[in-house]
Amino acid sequence: MNLLYQSQRAMRAKREEAMRRGVIAVLDIGTFKIACLVLRFDETDITPGDGIGAMAGQAGFRVIGAATTRSRGVKFGEIDTVQETERAIRTAVQGAQKMAQTRVDHVIVSLSGARPRSYGLDGEITLQTGSVEDGDIASVLAACDVPDIGHGREVLHAQPVNFSLDHRTGLADPRGHVGSRLSVDMHLLTIEAGAIETLLHCVKRCDLDLAGLASAPYVSGISSLVEDEQELGAACIDMGGGSTSLSIFMKRHMIFADTVRMGGDHVTSDISHGLQIPMPHAERIKARFGGVMATGLDDREIIELQSETGDWHHDRRSVSRSELIGVMRPRIEEILEETRARLDAAGFDHLPSQRIVLTGGASLLPGLDGLASRILGNQVRLGRPLRVQGLPQSACGPAFSACVGLALFAAHPQDEWWDFETPADRYPARSVKRAVRWFRDNW
Amino acid sequence: MRPLIAHRGPVHAPRPEAEPARLHRDPAPSRLTYRVQRLWLTPLFRALLRVGLPSFAVIASLLWYATDEARVQALRDQVAEIRREIEDRPEFRINVLSIEGASPVVTEEVRATLALDLPISSFDIDLAALRNRVEGLPPVASASVRNAGGGTLSVEITERVPALIWQSRAGTVLIDAEGNFVADLAARPPTEPLPMIAGQDADLAVAEALALLEAARPLGERLRGLVRVGERRWDIVLRDGPRILLPAEAPRAALDRVLVLHDVQQILDRDLLRIDLRNPGQLTVQLTPDAMETLELQRAGLVPVGDERG
Repeated sequence: MNLLYQSQRAMRAKREEAMRRGVIAVLDIGTFKIACLVLRFDETDITPGDGIGAMAGQAGFRVIGAATTRSRGVKFGEIDTVQETERAIRTAVQGAQKMAQTRVDHVIVSLSGARPRSYGLDGEITLQTGSVEDGDIASVLAACDVPDIGHGREVLHAQPVNFSLDHRTGLADPRGHVGSRLSVDMHLLTIEAGAIETLLHCVKRCDLDLAGLASAPYVSGISSLVEDEQELGAACIDMGGGSTSLSIFMKRHMIFADTVRMGGDHVTSDISHGLQIPMPHAERIKARFGGVMATGLDDREIIELQSETGDWHHDRRSVSRSELIGVMRPRIEEILEETRARLDAAGFDHLPSQRIVLTGGASLLPGLDGLASRILGNQVRLGRPLRVQGLPQSACGPAFSACVGLALFAAHPQDEWWDFETPADRYPARSVKRAVRWFRDNW
Repeated sequence: MRPLIAHRGPVHAPRPEAEPARLHRDPAPSRLTYRVQRLWLTPLFRALLRVGLPSFAVIASLLWYATDEARVQALRDQVAEIRREIEDRPEFRINVLSIEGASPVVTEEVRATLALDLPISSFDIDLAALRNRVEGLPPVASASVRNAGGGTLSVEITERVPALIWQSRAGTVLIDAEGNFVADLAARPPTEPLPMIAGQDADLAVAEALALLEAARPLGERLRGLVRVGERRWDIVLRDGPRILLPAEAPRAALDRVLVLHDVQQILDRDLLRIDLRNPGQLTVQLTPDAMETLELQRAGLVPVGDERG
């Protein structure tokens, strides 16, 4: 646990350094594409008041470079072939740097796969003094019993979600309150350690410093949920290429995140299988003619299929659009049903608000909202990421919600467990250091 | 004989095979390219390469050029030649030397002193030095030298006016009212008669001499000149009459006294060698030997005292 604490704090320090330097890159490693944005932070940093700053926390920075490239070597949102991914990262970073006309050294990365698992933790302490101090927050965070997260897993996020003081609950910041018992609810998100190590290796091979790590469902929720949705509770479903990640927000905090290891690429591969055409062509007709609701008109819309087998009859087939929809729909339904199952497992239907926001590249499929409302409930909408300053038009679509959310996350990161000092009694090295200092001061 | 070969029309080259579909090229930059581009985007490196390197190259080449003395000399010569060419342009040339305010003799003298080899470029003329040289000439009191434009160098001269003739052991010269040497008497005979002084260092007391001469104007033509004696006092020498020895202090008063005596008693017409006024309390006269003898005789009663003089 201490090692994690150290490394996360080191990343925070690097983020601070990048802020001082004024330029930072955010990198969204997805299965379908890798997108990189270069952000420039202005000196006039608007101090956030009341939790969220001016313009929903997006003021104070500007996108000066953006590049996206076809992802290679990534499967299910995890890095599968290191060399290929590294090359793809280099392409994206180089493009963004070229557009920004500046060099970036620090990068904040999000990744969607690596089997995230959410844990709800709680801790409770009795306050020594009458009111809550900074040290008490650290103590109560340290008092949380960490569950057995399993071998080979790493903590990615550990965010205090809710503080309770005696009978009062729902405190965002209990400091200064008077009471005797302080308890905290913390959301812990763990992912596979191997994925982080592979990612670190890739980033290091690109001569970049990792200044932060974020989970893709979390950051796409930040960017595509509007403020009241975050406050009242909503689920964000980021339908990516290789995985569909979902996150539940409540009172501006993520309280659950999970990933369904299916996405748009599986639809493409279904088309490729079903219609016996190569993958690039399948991708193209999915994007151009795809849909989920067949109508009578679709029977008359004929799609030419292309393949290069050499068999003339095979290469010159055509299908109607309704046939294409017939191939795609079961897979989409499967994805949505699996998502529904995950949401049910998380107890989403017990939340007061049942809003669901669909975002991500696969949510561009026409008619998806109708199908999704049939499966997920009727409060479904399609979400687009927040508009941030300087973002090119091509990067404004829902496919970039994780990327934009990462930019917002870079500008205003949420307090995490490691942002608070460890209580002194939990940290033997410091007590030795203190003894040494006492010795030096007094002798 | 005609060849038995029919023309079959031009033979077309076989159509080239359709270009093989270009293999999909990897858009990823190589690691080296990536690093080079990052290096290039580093601001310090960029500044170094865009400003530092060219300036270093320029400085280094200048230094390398300057290490060879011959090359630098050639460069210097070239610069000098260009400068020469500009200086020699007719706009900067001086063709005429005009000397104003001087008599013809002095004009010639000034012209000879300046010794300008006309035409000459105005860049080659040092006006201050020329002025010093002209003012170094004895007859010139002051001079102004300026480039009057239109190729004329204008020299305006104020001449010294000779006021006295000074006879000394070295020769007889003209001096002005301040005692400055003007010219040799032989070289420039004065147009009008000038009073004469003599004696060593007489030129240092010219003001006093002029005052005495002014006072001695009633003597008129009889006055021959002043003689400086012992560098402290004056003698007045008359053409026919006694030598008047004036005191060092208040010579003017003593002279007035003599003139009054002359008016009353015609002392200067008497048979005297000197009238000595050096002692302010007493006036002494030296008689001529004849007068002395007559006086001796009269005192002995051999000659009657009366008006009948010889």
